[in-house]
Amino acid sequence: MAVAIDDAVLKPIKVSILTKVLAGFKGAPLIPLSIIVVFVFSAVFADLITFHDAYKVNLPDRLIPPFWQDGGSLSHPLGTDPLGRDVLVRIIYGTRVSIIIAGAALTIGGGFGTLVGLTAGFYGGKVDTLLMRLADITLAFPLILFAILMVMVIGPSMMNVIVAISLVLWARYARVIRGEVLGLMQRDFIARARVSGASDWRIMMRHLLPNVMPTLIVLLTLQVGWVIIVEASLSFLGAGIPPPTPAWGSMLAEGREYVSTAWWVTTAPGIAIMLVVLAFNLSGDWLREKLDPKQRSI
Amino acid sequence: MALFVLSIIIFMMVRLTGDPALLMLPPDAGLEALEDLRHSMGVDKPLIVQYGLFINDYAHGSFGDSLRSKTPVSELVSDRLPNSIKLIGAAFFFVILISLPLGVLSAVYKGTWIDTLCTGFAVLGQAIPVFWLGMLLIQLFTVKLGWLPSSGMGGLTHYIMPAFSLGFFTVAAITRLLRSSLLESMDSEYIKLARIKGLTEFKVVWKHALRNSLISVVTLGGIYIAILITLGILVEVVFAWPGMGRLLFQGIVFRDFPVVQAVVMISAAIVITTSLMVDIAYAYLDPRIRLQ
Repeated sequence: MAVAIDDAVLKPIKVSILTKVLAGFKGAPLIPLSIIVVFVFSAVFADLITFHDAYKVNLPDRLIPPFWQDGGSLSHPLGTDPLGRDVLVRIIYGTRVSIIIAGAALTIGGGFGTLVGLTAGFYGGKVDTLLMRLADITLAFPLILFAILMVMVIGPSMMNVIVAISLVLWARYARVIRGEVLGLMQRDFIARARVSGASDWRIMMRHLLPNVMPTLIVLLTLQVGWVIIVEASLSFLGAGIPPPTPAWGSMLAEGREYVSTAWWVTTAPGIAIMLVVLAFNLSGDWLREKLDPKQRSI
Repeated sequence: MALFVLSIIIFMMVRLTGDPALLMLPPDAGLEALEDLRHSMGVDKPLIVQYGLFINDYAHGSFGDSLRSKTPVSELVSDRLPNSIKLIGAAFFFVILISLPLGVLSAVYKGTWIDTLCTGFAVLGQAIPVFWLGMLLIQLFTVKLGWLPSSGMGGLTHYIMPAFSLGFFTVAAITRLLRSSLLESMDSEYIKLARIKGLTEFKVVWKHALRNSLISVVTLGGIYIAILITLGILVEVVFAWPGMGRLLFQGIVFRDFPVVQAVVMISAAIVITTSLMVDIAYAYLDPRIRLQ
């Protein structure tokens, strides 16, 4: 009898991967997630789904209104900008810029910050004090100002925007991850790993990192929107992506003088930024509740 | 400490990434002219001496001359700084005026449509870039309705749109924070006691619960001021507000190094000192938290 019960307990319940994935998405915010899918899709396939050149200046076609207004046509569904370029096409290419910058800055800044946080939490003592003091100083800086000055000095380019944003981004990761690691260091499994002869690096990578992963993923998701807004702000001020590359922030800057005559030039990229940032923030909130209930108050 | 590091970083960035003398000379100038200019600018001295001079100049309020207008940067800044402070003050007023009622409403009516509306507004506020919000307001109130002036400084009406769009992000952040911390304090023992004492609901919420919840808002006060200062740059550009932000923007457009350097340095110094002051005031106000 006892054996039978053990068997029943030990027998793995067969669940298909599909069911698991679907169960994981239970209660997921479907609209934000689908916005993110559309966003990534258009960034990847921008060349295939657009019919106009995003760069070519075409002055005769300048400032055509969107299709539902007088003078608009379906060949330029969202109208054209002051240089005659299709607004929709430039927005689609703009997703590419935003996603590359957000991806790269979060990978570099987040990766470096995580490493710093792991090191600080793991070694403690003087290393910890020094690294955290550095992180505090970085956090005290007004980020946009810092990035503006940096881009000014080394010149506006996509690479430099990524570097500038990463340089200010790492500190928050370092702080949060370090906090988590400090808690984990008290746990038995770290002591056991040490007893079994694992190296420092191995403990950090194999034992600590997987345990801070949920926090890291939540933080990364929540910061995509933030990076996109910072990039747009820099481009808007002329200290970000240099024209003619289509970036949402510079599109807003180019349309600024035409606010009273051609509202669509600025409204379309503005809505694009808002939707994407909203989508990432809402998904991040959802992930946070799902993965990490104790951190709800960040 | 932070200021010191900041000054070193800014100094390094400006001096080490390129020879400022090269930037200022016309391309056809000879080597001799370059040496002369280097000497007169002091860039041929050792770095540590240069840093000393740089700090000395800044400490005495001398930021060099603007490359474009040839006037001292300190004059430009002292003209503009009060305007920026006025705008930030107005935005601060808006923030308090809007975020307190919103946060309280959404906490008191948790789960109802009022809560949904307030939190929805707050979520939206964090997703809309302030400069776009400014443009939307201009489209609506200046272009369509013609109620408010869209640019420059003047009477009170000039303040409404810039201050509102500047404060919007902070309103959203504070509303969310206030809601969650209010919900937390509404659960606590002393609120139950206040209710048992027979206080009116209004008094319980606005006096007892809100007071304690505000602490969490004040904690982040320094951050909010920093956000207002940096976002102010963007808003000033949109509304052609004659402040520091617009000065910075023009500096960027015309590659006017001394101006950008000075504006960034001054704004950063203001941000860092205000957040320090807020932290100290906070430790003073709340005896439970003292600087360790």
